[in-house]
Amino acid sequence: MGATRELADPEDEAPPPAAEAPKRRSRSLSGSGNDSLAAYLFLAPWFAGLVFITVGPILASLYFSFTDYSLIGGAEWVGLENYTRMLTDDRLHSALGVTFVYVFVSVPLQLAMALALAMVLDRGVRGLAIYRSVYYLPSLLGSSVAIAILWRRVFGADGLINQVLAFFGVEGVGWVSHPDYALSTLIVLNVWTFGAPMVIFLAGLRQIPRMYYEAAAVDGATRMRRFFSVTVPLLTPIIFFNLVLQMIQAFQTFTQAFVVSSGTGGPSDSTLFYTLYLYQTGFGSFDMGYASAMAWLLLVIIAGFTAVNFLASKYWVFYGD
Amino acid sequence: MVTKTPAAGASGIDQRRERRRRLLIHVGLIGFGLVMLYPLLWMVSSSVKPTAEIFSDPGLIPETFVPGNYTEGWTALQYPFHHYIWNSLIVVAGSIAGNLLACSMAAYAFARLEFKGKRLFFSIMLMTIMLPIHVVIVPQYILFANLDWINTYYPLIVPKLLATDAFFIFLMVQFIRGLPRDLDEAARIDGCGHVRIFLRIVLPLSMPALATTAIFTFIWTWNDFFSQLIFLTDPEMYTVPIALRTFVDSQSQTSWGPLFAMSAIALGPIFGFFLAGQRYLVRGIATTGIK
Repeated sequence: MGATRELADPEDEAPPPAAEAPKRRSRSLSGSGNDSLAAYLFLAPWFAGLVFITVGPILASLYFSFTDYSLIGGAEWVGLENYTRMLTDDRLHSALGVTFVYVFVSVPLQLAMALALAMVLDRGVRGLAIYRSVYYLPSLLGSSVAIAILWRRVFGADGLINQVLAFFGVEGVGWVSHPDYALSTLIVLNVWTFGAPMVIFLAGLRQIPRMYYEAAAVDGATRMRRFFSVTVPLLTPIIFFNLVLQMIQAFQTFTQAFVVSSGTGGPSDSTLFYTLYLYQTGFGSFDMGYASAMAWLLLVIIAGFTAVNFLASKYWVFYGD
Repeated sequence: MVTKTPAAGASGIDQRRERRRRLLIHVGLIGFGLVMLYPLLWMVSSSVKPTAEIFSDPGLIPETFVPGNYTEGWTALQYPFHHYIWNSLIVVAGSIAGNLLACSMAAYAFARLEFKGKRLFFSIMLMTIMLPIHVVIVPQYILFANLDWINTYYPLIVPKLLATDAFFIFLMVQFIRGLPRDLDEAARIDGCGHVRIFLRIVLPLSMPALATTAIFTFIWTWNDFFSQLIFLTDPEMYTVPIALRTFVDSQSQTSWGPLFAMSAIALGPIFGFFLAGQRYLVRGIATTGIK
């Protein structure tokens, strides 16, 4: 899944009109009395999914988070024990640290790269469609197992990077097997998939009326000045949108870390992402109670950061007109 | 689109400078594109290199051409590789069918019908788009284990039949809202029920949105690792990503060539859909949202 998701995501911008729609045509024709029944029938699969696949499991995992449950036998109520255990669980702390570093380093780098390239491509470069496709391709592939395998080889002790370095007379290390560098290789992987946010930036840049730039140029604004005084303010809603989306996704990174470390999160837990630790807890040692508590902590963290993003957006996101 | 600096075109020197600037931009963009794609090209080239050469030659042209990597990789695991491809295709086909059917039904209701609680349900639907799967995976596993569905494809396909990929509902709601209502209303006057309006009018007109849904579902399901890893533990049921993961963990240093060959095969369909489906992917952006 992963980064591909954003390509069509700009539509998420549209909820306000969506919410107003119901009012418009509420009783356009005589047949609309049957609407409710028909609507519930059309929504029946979705309702079933909501109850059994989404909301039911969310509530169930809240319950399990207060139990000790290993799939065999019943769930035994242990109160807050799983949550107090979190306070002293060193691996959990280290997993949180790894995940935070990954999110807060890779997402800004990825977005900066996406914006820079979008700026260059927006200047009426010929062959825009081709460049856009080439840069977008890694986003479609980035979360696959095959790419993670490739990464392991590219950054391996005798991998592509070190072969290139050797050509320049530099001796590299085994990047993926070195606790200091393993996480960086995954950060590079995430930055490599900058194409998806870039496509969204490009669409946003097109919406900025050219006359603003012309007016600024007439007033003698330099290129730098135009970037910071016209482009950036008008683009803040898109930057915000990309930021929220990429952060939520980065928090959920799993495949790359799993494949690069063979499922261990090593070396020395340096790539033990939160989701990977959750997987080990739930499906390695079948400690379903603790895994449920971890899932809830993840939900709270993601919801918390998204809320902070939205609150902070009041101070820097500019919704014009 | 072209941003002209006020001076451009004023004299020959400026024009020449402008042309040189453009050339430099292209050189930069192409160079950067090559760096980006180099690992992919290197993987494809390494898939026909002898393993020793993978470790010594960073270039793209193989000195010795070893197509045997493909046949070796194909049979390296417990089952031949087409077994896993077939399994992946089953999951993908089921997921696409589920998403197309269930999400378009839900989208029709949200886009065209009036009912009690519509606003509330619509916002719940939007919220579920952002829900991380990790939050629900443990109870889902318990549920599916109780149904005896572990090591079947039901846990991967049934949720799609229940429209849990809410992202596609939203995509189709947006699309259906853009369709003219006159047609549905004319059909209603002629006595058509909702089922016929949905099947005969809305669905045929929604082909682009359905195509976008199918393409994205293909790519995401083909790539999906987390849920397949959890629900499929029997090698007979393995899909391509799980098979690859087994391959990489079981192999010795000597079989990187075959491993790369199978990785290239795993990426092939995505690349194909990317080439064939570009129109829909780009239109997805062009026709929607950002204002």
